[in-house]
Amino acid sequence: MSEKVLMKGNEAIAEAAIKAGCRFYFGYPITPQTEIAAYMAKRMPKIGGTFLQAESEVSAINMVYGVAGAGYRVMTSSSSPGVSLKQEGISYIAGADLPALIINVQRGGPGLGGIQPSQSDYFQAVKGGGHGDYHLIVYAPASVQEMADYTIKAFDVADKYRMPVMLLADGTMGQMMEPVELPEVSANEIEKPWAVRGTNCARPHNIINSLYLKPEQLEKTNFDRFEKYKEIEKNECLYEEYMTEDADIVLVAFGIAARISKNAVVEARKQGLKVGLIRPITLWPFPSEVLNKTADRVKGFISVELSMGQMIEDVKLATECKKPVRLCNRTGGMIVSPEEVVESVKKLLSEVE
Amino acid sequence: MTTQVLIAGFGGQGVLFAGKCLAYEGLYENKQVSWLPSYGPEMRGGTANCSVILSDEPVGSPIVNNPDVLIVMNLPSLDKYENATVKGGKIFVDSTLIARKVERADVDAFYIPATKIAQELGIPTLANMVIVGKMIKETGIVTFENACEAMKKVVSARHQDLLDANIKALNAGYNYAE
Amino acid sequence: MVVFKKPKSLTDVPLHYCPGCTHGIIHRLVAEAIDELGIEGKTVGVAPVGCSVMAYDYFTCDMVEAAHGRAPAVATGLKRCMPDNVIFTYQGDGDLASIGMAETVHAATRNENITIIFVNNAIYGMTGGQMAPTSLPGQVTQTSPYGRDVNTVGLPIRVSEMLSALDAPYYIERVAVNNVKNVKNAKKAILKAFKNQVEKKGFSLIEVVSTCPTNWGLTPEKALQWVDEKMIPYYPLGVYKDRGAEAKEEK
Repeated sequence: MSEKVLMKGNEAIAEAAIKAGCRFYFGYPITPQTEIAAYMAKRMPKIGGTFLQAESEVSAINMVYGVAGAGYRVMTSSSSPGVSLKQEGISYIAGADLPALIINVQRGGPGLGGIQPSQSDYFQAVKGGGHGDYHLIVYAPASVQEMADYTIKAFDVADKYRMPVMLLADGTMGQMMEPVELPEVSANEIEKPWAVRGTNCARPHNIINSLYLKPEQLEKTNFDRFEKYKEIEKNECLYEEYMTEDADIVLVAFGIAARISKNAVVEARKQGLKVGLIRPITLWPFPSEVLNKTADRVKGFISVELSMGQMIEDVKLATECKKPVRLCNRTGGMIVSPEEVVESVKKLLSEVE
Repeated sequence: MTTQVLIAGFGGQGVLFAGKCLAYEGLYENKQVSWLPSYGPEMRGGTANCSVILSDEPVGSPIVNNPDVLIVMNLPSLDKYENATVKGGKIFVDSTLIARKVERADVDAFYIPATKIAQELGIPTLANMVIVGKMIKETGIVTFENACEAMKKVVSARHQDLLDANIKALNAGYNYAE
Repeated sequence: MVVFKKPKSLTDVPLHYCPGCTHGIIHRLVAEAIDELGIEGKTVGVAPVGCSVMAYDYFTCDMVEAAHGRAPAVATGLKRCMPDNVIFTYQGDGDLASIGMAETVHAATRNENITIIFVNNAIYGMTGGQMAPTSLPGQVTQTSPYGRDVNTVGLPIRVSEMLSALDAPYYIERVAVNNVKNVKNAKKAILKAFKNQVEKKGFSLIEVVSTCPTNWGLTPEKALQWVDEKMIPYYPLGVYKDRGAEAKEEK
């Protein structure tokens, strides 16, 4: 392993992508993720890669579609309003079964919203985002190290399953600096016989396409794709458990909210309250199984989110409402404090005891 | 042991850079560290701040709401964060720019005319490092030697003159006697 | 002895175009250019959304189907990762000049080394004959049933003229395919546009004035006449930008 260096989360993503063999980046400036573009602009020309500032997020994602169709590792990054613009392209990438990485360093919304951190694009990320039946694999890193690690993993997983993967971060994760070790990655790239790199007049032509005018065909394609999604749910779900063994109340939080929730767990335990944390690392697939099992032995859950409560719906579904699920949230760029989380724990305990 | 530091002042005073240096110093001592800036338009002249955490354990939330150590380089920052500081915490005030005293009695307050010292040394942009020097002295959060070593990581080799100036500023703050 | 045959770069899939539509001619000219330059094995085409959406079935080279208007961006991605391949887009007027105008202009101003075949028939054909950005003043369409009213929807966009105002694009020419002479010129222009790319000259766009007998409500023959009578006077044929020729003149 190499030496630990201090890096911003955004820079760690960029350097990790390069380590993972990504040589094509297309983006458009937007706070709070512009460091990714700036880093790529500086690095790509030096390593024979391509950085291109596109005319819009719409164009950027379609450039990604082109490179992904040719079978090369490629990424784009943006923040919430820009990611909305990319949804058309993401749907096409999903529909054409292409691997690509999309970074969303979220800010408050809706509309132009604000530029401070937020987690209010959860629905957009995990429920589809664009039109049609599809999923992205969604990673929610909670440290600068994880920003790097899951960027690398995202490229591998995207290639393995031929699908777009999203790294869902937020302004805090993007802007903060922490020590990070960037692993030396061996090129994990796999053969892509479906790619359009020219037929060399040696094979029938490949077509990158998401158009199926016969409904029977489109239905079958979607059925097949969802069979693949079942495999992913089996193989790729990641989460972290923290002090849940004896917990009465379990917090559920991802990303920066999980970091805050960890502080809250420590503080609550100092006060004699048995609190634990389940941190989904993949938001899709969602760690439903562990939540469902946990529901059998705890008194309740609190979904800690920087939104008006989006993941809470998945927590309720996962736990089949066996136990109360409450929300502890701030939104619009405001950040929930550990004290607020502890208060919500006390409130829930008073309800269930 | 975890120390939560909040550094605040006007954009352009180098509060983000000062925090970055502190984070590097912690890293140099093999501590767990995090650095989180305020970002946005305030960086262009308004009030800026950054949260720095140095700890022997993994850092939880990187956001410092209640600092153990507060460094303030303008009055609005003192007004805003004085009451947020933990009981028994330490507040460092650039007394060149802030006329008033810390009102709380349950914290230790330190006053250093960092801006004036930096001007007198001919390095007017490094008041931030002067005040960090003082803070290192009074908190022992890192050793002075390690702070100087860590500076080499922050200031790139091609800016050797800047490295010397930064160490000069740190030193002036460290050895300042009220 | 074979005197006339299908170009190698066209598949055997029967074209779905309406009787009298000139898309078939333009497809053939593109395929002939690919054949003549011997670049079939390294060419990747990008199909649009519009009547030619299924162009990916008709060319034997690798093909990509793009979202509506995004073909120049997709082609940019393809070209940037495969600079030695030949990348072309085939787009209609709604695709290129309406929803995809930003992608078109910026690919042009980057002098992106791609070839764009822009088919202008002054109407949205695939969706059943709505007004296009290139529909003529007074032209009756499904969404301009009283004729294109220039006071409320403005005047048509002359794409070749507009793009020629940019400094960067290498080659822009407008041609037509409504008679033998024009088809011959169109062939030359399309061949040149591909050749420019092979020679790494940069962005080439050939605007082909085409027909839509079905949605114009004309017989195929009348539609060809309408090109001469209405379209070409508004969209004059010719070379609008040729930086190669400009460079020669300066010498």
